[in-house]
Amino acid sequence: MQLSSSVEIWIGALLTIMIFSFLFKDNIFYKFAEHLFVGVSAAYWMVVGFHTTIMPNLIAKIWPSLVVRVLPAAAGNQPEYHYLIPLIFGMLLLTRLIKKISFLSRWAMGLVIGYAAGTNLIRYMQSDFMSQISSTMKPLIVVNEGVFAFGASLSNIVLFFGVICGLVYFFFSSEHKGILLPASRVGIWVLMVTFGASFGYTVMARISLLTGRVQFLLRDWLGIIQ
Amino acid sequence: MYTLRVLIPTLITFIVGIVLVAAIFIPRSPFREMDQHFSTYFDIVAAFAFILGGGNLVRMHGDKVYRKARDWPFSIVVLVGFLGTLIFGLLKLRMNFTIVPAGDYIGTGTWFKFIFDSMFTPLSAAMFSLLGFFVASASYRAFRAKTREATLLLVSAFIILLGRTPMGHYITGWLPDSLSWLDIPNLSNWILSFPNAAGQRAIMIGIALGIVSTSLKLILGMERTHLGGEE
Amino acid sequence: MAEVKKDWIYKLGRLDRRIIFFLIFLAVALPLLLNLVLPVHTSPIVDRLFDKIESLPPGSKVLLSLDYGPATAPENQPMAESMARHALERDLKLYIMSLWATGPGQAVLLIDMLGREFPDKVQGEDWVNIGYKAGNQGLINAILLDMKAMYTTDVNGTSVDDIPMMADVENLTDMHLIAGIGSGFPGLKEWVQFAGDRGDIPVGGGVTAVEAPLLYPYYPSQLLGLMGGLQGAAEYEAALIRTYPKFKETAVNAVELMGPQAVAHTVIVLFVLIGNITFFIERRRERKI
Repeated sequence: MQLSSSVEIWIGALLTIMIFSFLFKDNIFYKFAEHLFVGVSAAYWMVVGFHTTIMPNLIAKIWPSLVVRVLPAAAGNQPEYHYLIPLIFGMLLLTRLIKKISFLSRWAMGLVIGYAAGTNLIRYMQSDFMSQISSTMKPLIVVNEGVFAFGASLSNIVLFFGVICGLVYFFFSSEHKGILLPASRVGIWVLMVTFGASFGYTVMARISLLTGRVQFLLRDWLGIIQ
Repeated sequence: MYTLRVLIPTLITFIVGIVLVAAIFIPRSPFREMDQHFSTYFDIVAAFAFILGGGNLVRMHGDKVYRKARDWPFSIVVLVGFLGTLIFGLLKLRMNFTIVPAGDYIGTGTWFKFIFDSMFTPLSAAMFSLLGFFVASASYRAFRAKTREATLLLVSAFIILLGRTPMGHYITGWLPDSLSWLDIPNLSNWILSFPNAAGQRAIMIGIALGIVSTSLKLILGMERTHLGGEE
Repeated sequence: MAEVKKDWIYKLGRLDRRIIFFLIFLAVALPLLLNLVLPVHTSPIVDRLFDKIESLPPGSKVLLSLDYGPATAPENQPMAESMARHALERDLKLYIMSLWATGPGQAVLLIDMLGREFPDKVQGEDWVNIGYKAGNQGLINAILLDMKAMYTTDVNGTSVDDIPMMADVENLTDMHLIAGIGSGFPGLKEWVQFAGDRGDIPVGGGVTAVEAPLLYPYYPSQLLGLMGGLQGAAEYEAALIRTYPKFKETAVNAVELMGPQAVAHTVIVLFVLIGNITFFIERRRERKI
């Protein structure tokens, strides 16, 4: 056992224990760590956004000479004044903090929403709709070198009818009776297997993160394991 | 006021949305350039959203401290954490308190890197890892095979839980080749690739249709709830 | 109404949650303390990703996007490290970036590792870290059209015009593979939608276990391979060690964590079984009453 001598690791370990203390009950140590996390996170995102995007992609484009000390690569660049447009929209977004003129932030929201809608419309149509339909169109009877492949055929049948029945289950425009009733029933079963897989994987994810944290405490902090 | 509050933002949404849709079908000048510029503008405005987030946080917690509202001392923790990280980060302050304007803001030897390693990393990792305990507890208390559907869900989850770890091989790895399809890892791979893919695909197609129709309504100005009220 | 019998079955069905918490902690901590390492077998979906990198000729360009943060690093970091090791071992050009603001911190760790394990590889010639930009899917859209409009420098402030491996990169379509390592939005899904499908660029990568089942509909036509959660990361490490035994000491981060993972999963399965058994016994008793 060799305790860590790193200040970072000691602070990290203490904060981890403060968070874990919530397992007993809500307490001031947990609250302290939780609030510290909120403050540090918000500033972290701001700093990263400033140094990675606002500085090189905005200020350095409009006033290259202003940022040469911080970004030597900007030396000699010519100003590109069309970047005043995102600057104006960015400032408009910040008017949300000033109640009297906060309605101006709607203009920036208009840009953001218009951009998201314009790109999502086509991308979801292609990747999540048309490509999914074409990927579902598989041969239901698979023959490999003249021999009927039972496993592959069954898999394709499950995939094809699974998608159709799943869609039928979500189809609420007409009552589920006649052929729709058994189809929607099978749809529920397919969805249940799907949710079971998701549940299994969710457990896996949470345990992985817990293992990572316990490894940090036992290895990096306490030095009990290698 | 209607023009400033509703008409202009709706018009901006319409122009940007239509240009981006057109750029897919007409990938040449001027649509290609407009696609490029709008993407860059969007990325820059997105960075301003971080400032907005920080500003909102300061306003909210500053107000709590000023009013001495419930748990206000913790708001001081928020503000100290926020301002400390912000100042050290923006100035790229090194551990010896010198400022090195050029270079990586999160480089080794900076206060910002120190805060990232000692606070941000353990706090976010510990927050998420707490869920490991709760997911175990919830499984024990609430996961019951009460119906046929719940049993299907349970069996599928068991196969994935065991099949996606080396444990699956220990349980059924001894099966002869003719029965290898019953091997738990093989079963889990099959479930993921076929029934799971089918279910996820059905959900995905439904969501895609929803997003496409919502996007159309937004571009055409039929959906304006994101702008708030008319006033 | 008859009184419910409060025997051990009744108590077992209502275990204090703190006992469950403690047992889960033990299930994770004991295998770590005992250094329980179990053999990992690869699955086709990971093999396909591995084979893709294996098949790329030296000099091919691989974009590795770190779209996650410290919260999911135990799952994602081994994926990123394995793919980076594999790419550099195969003499591919590695472009590191991030769609997540929390990615740059993880990139620092990755680059430290590359420096230790590949001292001969030169920054700017063999690998480059162009860093993070805001914009989510908008960033993908922007660099699909023009990489240098968004990325004017690398993370150290060096102009992209002075970076040799950026000389023949105009946009994302110059990449031979996009490897997204992600844990949510934006991530691998957006790489498929906005780069892979639109630019006809091969996309693969790894995601946290929570997200993995959601991406199976893209496989194999839109997504060439996938590492799902820690098991996916461990499988890639196993494939790497199988092909390049020199990594058997270093590419083991995920493999080492699979021991505790396997034990914890088994404990949770047992929890669910016990919970169900006590539930059905009690229900039968109630019906008798």
